[in-house]
Amino acid sequence: MQETVIEAGRSEKYYWQDLWRFKELLFILALRDITVKYKQTFVGVAWAIFRPVLTVAVFVFAFDKVAKIENKSDIPLQIIIFTGVIFWNFFATSFQQVSNSITGNANLVSKVYFPRLLMPLSSVAVPLLDFIVGFIVMVPFLMYKGYPPTLNIIFVPFFLVLSFFAAFSLGVIFASLNVQFRDFQQLVPLIVQYGFFVCPIAYPIATIQELSWYPIYQWINPLAGIIEGFRWCLIPNYQYFQWDTIIPSIIFITITTTLSVIFFRKRENSFVDYI
Amino acid sequence: MAVIEAENISKKYIIDHIKGNAKGNTLREIITDNLKNLFTKKEDDEVSHEDFWALKGVSFKIEQGDRVGIIGSNGAGKSTLLKILSRITEPTEGKISIKGRVASLLEVGTGFHPELSGRENIFLNGAILGMKRQEIKQHFDAIVDFAGVEKFLDTPVKRYSSGMYVRLGFAISAHLEPEIMVVDEVLAVGDAEFQRKCLGKMKDASTSGRTILFVSHNLTAVQGLCNKAMFMQKGQLIEMGETNHVLATYLSHVQKTALESWWLTPEEAPGNDKVRLKSIKLIPEYLHNQKHIDVRTPFKVQIEVWNMMDNVNLNLSLHLNSLTGECIFNIGTESKPFEKGIIHAECEIPADFLNDGSYSISFMVVKDTSNAIYNFEEALIFEIEDYREGTSWYGKWPGYVRPKINFPIAQLELESIS
Repeated sequence: MQETVIEAGRSEKYYWQDLWRFKELLFILALRDITVKYKQTFVGVAWAIFRPVLTVAVFVFAFDKVAKIENKSDIPLQIIIFTGVIFWNFFATSFQQVSNSITGNANLVSKVYFPRLLMPLSSVAVPLLDFIVGFIVMVPFLMYKGYPPTLNIIFVPFFLVLSFFAAFSLGVIFASLNVQFRDFQQLVPLIVQYGFFVCPIAYPIATIQELSWYPIYQWINPLAGIIEGFRWCLIPNYQYFQWDTIIPSIIFITITTTLSVIFFRKRENSFVDYI
Repeated sequence: MAVIEAENISKKYIIDHIKGNAKGNTLREIITDNLKNLFTKKEDDEVSHEDFWALKGVSFKIEQGDRVGIIGSNGAGKSTLLKILSRITEPTEGKISIKGRVASLLEVGTGFHPELSGRENIFLNGAILGMKRQEIKQHFDAIVDFAGVEKFLDTPVKRYSSGMYVRLGFAISAHLEPEIMVVDEVLAVGDAEFQRKCLGKMKDASTSGRTILFVSHNLTAVQGLCNKAMFMQKGQLIEMGETNHVLATYLSHVQKTALESWWLTPEEAPGNDKVRLKSIKLIPEYLHNQKHIDVRTPFKVQIEVWNMMDNVNLNLSLHLNSLTGECIFNIGTESKPFEKGIIHAECEIPADFLNDGSYSISFMVVKDTSNAIYNFEEALIFEIEDYREGTSWYGKWPGYVRPKINFPIAQLELESIS
């Protein structure tokens, strides 16, 4: 028979074990988010195709046709934007979902026990599904444009995991602060909006690579390296990515993830008192 | 075999009392306060912290198959204890060992998502309560049957009537098969028929060897369901033992309450930052040199409340309950606009209306005739003594009311019946 001991500070020791025990709930919560997202829609999951395609179309129109951004790379801007937007959508929606995961599940926090980390973890399901669908649309598009992906494509999961941790670590901090101070909820859309322009999503990195502050930029923006890595996986002969530029990103993300989980764990027990 | 063993459980909350200029703990206030402190010397405008012990040194043992009712007035620590047992919060001190799976039902339909269908919610809610997918599948038909929602399985629960919603929620929890069940006044919702069904289900569960912890204000339910009871007061366990014995202790404790309670300042009075109870009094109009209120005595219930809101429409809604928790009547004042200040209300209870027994008065302050701002539960407890004339029968007079209603009887015709 299962024996539980409840004691101050006890849950600390068994936290990760508990997290594993509750894995089934993780899937159920993820499934709930996905089902709810496409409930009462006519085309359902097809929205995951329309949304990125429409976004890309608008950006191509705005940046390529109207603003006529100077393209210093040898790759058509459409391809730069498509790959960038698919990646960015994953990062941005993951970050948004994770930040809202605790306050959005307030009814659960105050009524049942389970490791609270399940909520931010499960909330990534929706962006992940959207990413996979978008990715499936993107590959034929690349082939049609004359850029059939090479074997490098097997590294996509690696960069996906990196961007997951980037979004997760930032989101988890916002999620725990959000419980007490809803101010942080207001910041999230702003960060997503500014981030889109700060990162090389709608313009090639080649445009800024020659600028004098680029080496600093590379260090303080861990996402830039990941985006370039992602493009390297998909675009044949992509020459703007070097593996050593990903090292700062890995270090950065490892540190922030560790810190954010520690931060979350510290505040987790008081969620129920503030929510 | 003891399935739950609690040693010296305490739970501390820290309450901020704010003096001087410091305002509170929203982000803006924290930032401005800290900025101010940078430039000014630290003064007495600090936030002072007070420890509040919601539970203090509670120890008990519960044997397998026990059905334990937890009783006590509001703020006694019952809910805190349940929250600790269901691991929603941790105790500050002490240790509890539990043998077996615990399912806690602190509300009906925890985690129901309005957009999802009944079917999907059964799986979601089951998983949240700790059921394995396989178990849910196994009980699926029984759950649907118990709730009576076959026709609406694929309808989103947002279109359910509130009755269907509650029934489905309870049906899922009723088919949990944990060794230990922790139940918080789930029975407070639903109609009488449903409550009877719930009680029945809980009785079934206990006969199959399950341990049940049951918090309730409804003493009748506790008496009917539980073989043991715990009486808690101000965070401490006063008595634990055989139900009837503990109920007697509880009743004798609450009956000591005087006919009035009042507070000098709003800070110490019960309530929240919008309304606080200033005083509640029971003013009897004694006839014939009485010293106690009996069934013949008319009395007034006088309530005074501090209102901290400007320009609001308020009314009071008063519940008169029997001591076993059943509502005898509910009456509301008219809704009127009020400014900050003291609100005074008086309710007249006529003579020859209530039966003898113990009663409690709870009342709510209601805004715009629909939003309850605060519910002052068991604000006053009083007793009405028996008085009867013209009868030589002295058993307990049944019923909650004993109205003097015309009930003439007469001889109609003289007839010889043979």
